[in-house]
Amino acid sequence: MAKLRQAAIYGKGGIGKSTTTQNLVAALAEAGKKVMIVGCDPKADSTRLILHAKAQNSVMELAAEAGSVEDLELEDVLSVGYGGIKCVESGGPEPGVGCAGRGVITAINFLEEEGAYSDDLDFVFYDVLGDVVCGGFAMPIRENKAQEIYIVCSGEMMAMYAANNIAKGIVKYANSGSVRLAGLICNSRNTDREDELIMALAEKLGSQMIHFIPRDNAVQHAEIRRMTVIEFDPTHKQADEYRALANKIVDNKKFVIPTPITMDELEALLMEFGIMEVENTAIIGKTAAELAADAIAA
Amino acid sequence: MSALTREETEALIQEVLEVYPEKAKKDRAKHLMINDKELESSKKCISSNRKSLPGVMTMRGCAYAGSKGVVWGPIKDVISISHGPIGCGQYSRAGRRNYYSGTSGIDSFCEMNFSSDFQEKDIVFGGDKKLAKLINEIETLFPLNKGISVQSECPVGLIGDDIEAVAKKAAKELDKPVVPVRCEGFRGVSQSLGHHIANDSVRDWIISNRDGRAFEKTPYDVAILGDYNVGGDAWASRILLEEMGLRVVAQWSGDGTLAEMENTPNVKLNLLHCYRSMNYISRHMEEKYGIPWLEYNFFGPTKIKESLRKIAGFFDGSIKEGAERVIEKYTPQMDAVIAKFKPRLQGKKVMLYVGGLRPRHVVGAYEDLGMEVVGAGYEFAHNDDYDRTIKEMGDATLIYDDVTGYEFEEFVKAMKPDLIGSGIKEKYVFHKMGVPFRQLHSWDYSGPYHGCDGFAVFARDMDMTINNPCWNMMQAPWQPKAAGSLLKVAA
Repeated sequence: MAKLRQAAIYGKGGIGKSTTTQNLVAALAEAGKKVMIVGCDPKADSTRLILHAKAQNSVMELAAEAGSVEDLELEDVLSVGYGGIKCVESGGPEPGVGCAGRGVITAINFLEEEGAYSDDLDFVFYDVLGDVVCGGFAMPIRENKAQEIYIVCSGEMMAMYAANNIAKGIVKYANSGSVRLAGLICNSRNTDREDELIMALAEKLGSQMIHFIPRDNAVQHAEIRRMTVIEFDPTHKQADEYRALANKIVDNKKFVIPTPITMDELEALLMEFGIMEVENTAIIGKTAAELAADAIAA
Repeated sequence: MSALTREETEALIQEVLEVYPEKAKKDRAKHLMINDKELESSKKCISSNRKSLPGVMTMRGCAYAGSKGVVWGPIKDVISISHGPIGCGQYSRAGRRNYYSGTSGIDSFCEMNFSSDFQEKDIVFGGDKKLAKLINEIETLFPLNKGISVQSECPVGLIGDDIEAVAKKAAKELDKPVVPVRCEGFRGVSQSLGHHIANDSVRDWIISNRDGRAFEKTPYDVAILGDYNVGGDAWASRILLEEMGLRVVAQWSGDGTLAEMENTPNVKLNLLHCYRSMNYISRHMEEKYGIPWLEYNFFGPTKIKESLRKIAGFFDGSIKEGAERVIEKYTPQMDAVIAKFKPRLQGKKVMLYVGGLRPRHVVGAYEDLGMEVVGAGYEFAHNDDYDRTIKEMGDATLIYDDVTGYEFEEFVKAMKPDLIGSGIKEKYVFHKMGVPFRQLHSWDYSGPYHGCDGFAVFARDMDMTINNPCWNMMQAPWQPKAAGSLLKVAA
């Protein structure tokens, strides 16, 4: 049987990582793959479309109730949803207290020790909190975890900025291990020339835009019902987009150590595509009054 | 006279530094100096209170050790919670030998370990709720506690537990001081910052608690600051002060109580023994309450006499007479101690490496016994400590800051002292080298060493260590005689 492939999905907060991951995983399950999702976000909303649940009981939540993580059994934290997809949420504290990063580390260690990564699995997907703020959120890309990283982004400036930063993080771990950038997933926001822009960015990073997911309300319609498009309306054209993404990931061979670009290069790219205007250095740090005075003088 | 000439000492430093990589050599060179009594300031000669080099063996502790272990821990009716995983609390429990009178677990809590015993879930979800619960449990189980302090261990600072909020709420509910102390171990370069943080927390949460409340004052009220009552030191000091007519209102913090600390703003004079760990609160009380403070030294008769007269100088004739009376009373006793031990210790050379006070403060006591301190250094002193050290040490003696394990061993091999005074981490290294050794943090399970009573114990201990017949038996029968160049022959 095929070797287990572990992939992590990163990207700017709110970009649609969890939705994309779940639709993608549903498409893989539909095609007969055995998949597990590990949610690495204290909000614990990475599996709700698969389980039709509000939020799954998380490893850390249950561990806190039971006393310690050693008191838990795998069955307690592992739920099975649509298409036999195994779902786990690491969980963590409410905002402002404790250490969410440690929660991710503890949960993933628990899953490994308890044998959650069983031989029959084809894929494990880690759905990670938007910003890799500390070592805990880099846990999925450390040695012996995810080898493939997919970055969800769009043609908006901050999404691309975040993608480039994530690539920098990958370089750090890629040089000492086997983690590689596997591609950018463009989750369209309907900005101008979005596909070309992301392809250009991917090229600069030494990678590829693995798929362009057009914006479609079908995703939201399904989400209101806590379902993926694949499950809610398998005949919809948007479902085919996720199937296409799933197929490309199955066949993907392009795993690279990324070549992140400098802030200047990124800005140049954005200017090239008209996302950002050419910078007028004369106006930086000047108040409205000063600018008015300058205008009169000129 | 030192063990070596100035040139020899200089050569020794260069030789010892030779093994370091260039950058380390440059850094360590700044922490070693040859004493020159003429110097006004140590500033150009030695740097201190700097980060230890990675890769060397340093003897330093951490900010938590400075706050919990040194300043807060000995206050007997305050329960100090070690907030974090269990190890810090357990390994700082009762190890410093801060004696106290009282019943452990009833009205005194120094030798117990109160810990929030962090588990994974406390890291992930925060330890605030557990801390609040722990405080309530303490109040139920140990109702005679007079206050609680929360000593932060490293993880508390990393996960951002809001211990201030918990402490404020608990203080209100319990109607007694609950003091949050941000002494996470990773802060600063040594335990020294922990002393400072602890002093500041006393300033912010304790010192003004009784401002405006009635207090029966006398013109002769003093407080002992910076005496941790190791082996009963503060008690031996208190006897002398009381006999000269002073009223000791507070002991900070050995055998001290919270009430004593709260009453300290009423005293006429603060007497500061350990300058390094309590100069901060002394300065604060001087600024806020106008209380002068005076550094004194109760090690050995010479320094005791000097100090008693200096202290008496702050008071009227009755105290000055009292000081003379005390000196007169104890001089024959001290002379007898010297007469007994000086002939056995005369000319012996000592090397010291202690915390932030004793390397300079015990020099006089050794000199009273005819001994000479040829090398001295501190784990966590600042330059104001070295300024004071220059005056106490002989010319051309070696002074070392944050000495590394390697440097200390090499210095000892070259300088061949008859006695080393340092801590438990150093003790067995030098025992194995066959060098007599006394612990000068814990007094090696002996003490007191302060005051006149303490000097008798001090002299006896130094004699029984240096002149112990065991040092003649350090050589294994199968070893050739020449191999024993480091071995000492007892007098």
